[in-house]
Amino acid sequence: MTTAEEILIDPVLERVRTGIEAFDDLVMGGLPRGRTTIVGGTPGSGKTVFATQFLAHGITVLGEPGVFVTFEESPAEIEVNMASFGWTIRRWREANKLVFVDASPRDHDQMIIGNFDLAGLLTRVLHAARNSAAKRIVLDSVTQLFDRFVAEQTSVRRELLRIATALKKQGLTVLMTAERNSEYGEISRHRIEEFVADNVVILRNALYRERRRRTIEVLKMRGSRHVEGEVPITLVEKQGIVAVPLSSLRLEQQSSTKRVTSGISELDSMCSGGFFRDSVTLVSGATGTGKTLLVTNFLAGGVVSGERALLVGYEESRGQLFRNARGWGVDFEAMEADGRLKVICIYPEAQNLPDHLLMIRELVQEFKPDRIAIDSLSALERIAPDSGFREFLISLTSFIKEHEIAGLCTATDKSLVGGQSASEQHISTFTDAIILLRYIQEGNFMHRGIMVLKMRGSEHDKQIRRFTVDGAGMHLGQPFNGAPDIFGESAASRREE
Amino acid sequence: MSSSHRSDPGANALLRLYIAGDTPSARRALESRLRIMKEWAGGIEIHIVDILAHPEAAESAGILATPTLSDERATPPRRLIGDISNTAQVLDYFGFRGKDSGYDHS
Repeated sequence: MTTAEEILIDPVLERVRTGIEAFDDLVMGGLPRGRTTIVGGTPGSGKTVFATQFLAHGITVLGEPGVFVTFEESPAEIEVNMASFGWTIRRWREANKLVFVDASPRDHDQMIIGNFDLAGLLTRVLHAARNSAAKRIVLDSVTQLFDRFVAEQTSVRRELLRIATALKKQGLTVLMTAERNSEYGEISRHRIEEFVADNVVILRNALYRERRRRTIEVLKMRGSRHVEGEVPITLVEKQGIVAVPLSSLRLEQQSSTKRVTSGISELDSMCSGGFFRDSVTLVSGATGTGKTLLVTNFLAGGVVSGERALLVGYEESRGQLFRNARGWGVDFEAMEADGRLKVICIYPEAQNLPDHLLMIRELVQEFKPDRIAIDSLSALERIAPDSGFREFLISLTSFIKEHEIAGLCTATDKSLVGGQSASEQHISTFTDAIILLRYIQEGNFMHRGIMVLKMRGSEHDKQIRRFTVDGAGMHLGQPFNGAPDIFGESAASRREE
Repeated sequence: MSSSHRSDPGANALLRLYIAGDTPSARRALESRLRIMKEWAGGIEIHIVDILAHPEAAESAGILATPTLSDERATPPRRLIGDISNTAQVLDYFGFRGKDSGYDHS
C-alpha cells in the first residue's frame, strides 16, 4: 500500500471500468485490461447481470464493443432477461456493438472419441471480436462448457487456458463466469480459477435471518491491489448491479462551521448556536421520551427558515406522524404542499438494508433536502446482519455529510430508564453529536430530561435540562439539581436505598 | 449409443467434417474421411469445412470442438467429435450398417 508500489504497479495495468462504480473503486479503477477475470457465484447470485453490465458499460459509455459467448441461455433469452435493467441488447446487436457467440445447448446427439480441441469455439470468438472490433469478452458460464464435456475435464482445462491465452494476446479483457455450489465453499466448480484466471471476483447471495444478502468480494487481483472484504450489492431496475459504497474509504472530512437550527431555540443555545450544517446528530432515548417530537421540531425548524426537509420514517405511518405533528402545532401537510417537506414511511422489512440506503440516496438526489431525519435507526437494525448494520451506518453518515446535509437520527433505548441501546453503541462513533432524552425520577415525580452528551468541534451545555411538552412543542426548563445518573438507575431512587 | 435407421438410404448421405486449419489431428481426420467414403458403398459424401476459412459456418452450426464429423440432416443432428479413424464405429454411429448386418435401411 505504499506510494512506491503504486507507481510500480498501477501504470502497467490499464483499467477497464465495469460501470459498477463502487466495485471499480474496490479494484482501483476497474478490471485490468487484457486480463482474465473469473466471476464466481451460486445460481441466482447475479453473474450474468454482472457480465452483461460489463459489456453494456463498454458499449454505451466508453465506445468499446463486446462479445457475449453464452453457454447456457440463448441470445434471445438473455435479451429478454436483461431488458428490465434497461439494456437494449437488440439495438446493440443491430449496430454490431455486441456480437453473440451462441454456444447454448442445441438439440443434437454427440459422441466423443479420443482427443479433440476447442478450436471451433476459439475461432468463433475471435471471428466475432474481429467483426465488431470488440474490446471486452464475456464467457457465461464456463462451468456449462465443462458440463458439456463431462468425461473430458482435462481437455477442457487445457483448451480453456489456450482460449484465455489467445484472447489475452489480442489485448482483449475477458470476463468468465463460473458456478459455485455454496456461498463459502470452494471458489468454483472444476477449480477454474486455479488455472485460467488472473483475477477472481465472488458474488454472493446468502441467506441471513431469512433474508437475502447480496455481496461482492474481490478475492484476487494478480499484480495489483484491491480492497478486501465483502461489499453489499443490490440489483436495481434500469441500472443493474449497484454496489453500496463504503464511503468511509474516501471520507472527506468536513467541516462546515455553518450552524443550522435544531428547531428548538433553547436546544440551539445548549449546542452553542445549533447543529453544524454537514453533521449527523443522534437522538437517543426510551420510548415516549420525545424523540419523534425532536424530529418534528427539527424538520419544522428547517422549513420555517427556508430549507427543504426530508423525513424517512420506519416506525410510524404517515397518518400517525402527521397527527403527532399537528398535536405539537406543526402542519406537515401544508409544508408538503409547499414542496418544502417530504415524508416517506416504509417498513424496515420491506427491503434489504442496501436497498434502504439506495432509497435514501435516491430520495436525496431527487428532493435535494437541506436536512434529513431518520426515525429510527433501531427499527432498521432489526433487519440487519451484524456487520451489515455497521456498513450501513458508515455509508449513510458519510453520504449525508458529503452532501452537506444536516442529519438527525433517532435510536430507541430498550430500557425505560437509562441504559444504552445497541444502535447507540454502533452509532455513537459515526455521529457528530449525541443528544440523550431520559426519564428522570425526582421524589414522586417522573420528569423528562434532555442533555447534549457530545458535540464534535463545539462547546456545549453539559447540564441535564428538564423539559415539558405541550401543544406548541418542547419547552426546556431548569437543570436538574441533584445528580441523576442518566446512564443507569435514577439518582433519586439510588439515594433511597 | 445406438444408431438410428437412416430414412433416405437411396440418396447419397451428406456429412460435414469440421476442421481448424492444417493440424495433425485435422490431417488424420482427412485421411479417415477418405476411408469412410470408400468403405460405404451406398455413397457418403463428406464435405470439408475449414472453420479458420469459414468461421461463420462454425457459428451457424454451433461447432465448439474440432475435428467434428456432423450429420445435420438427422433429427436430432448427430456429431462425432475427436478421433474418427475407426471406420466401423463411425459408420455405426451415423446409422450406416454393413450390408450383411441384417438391418434394413428402408
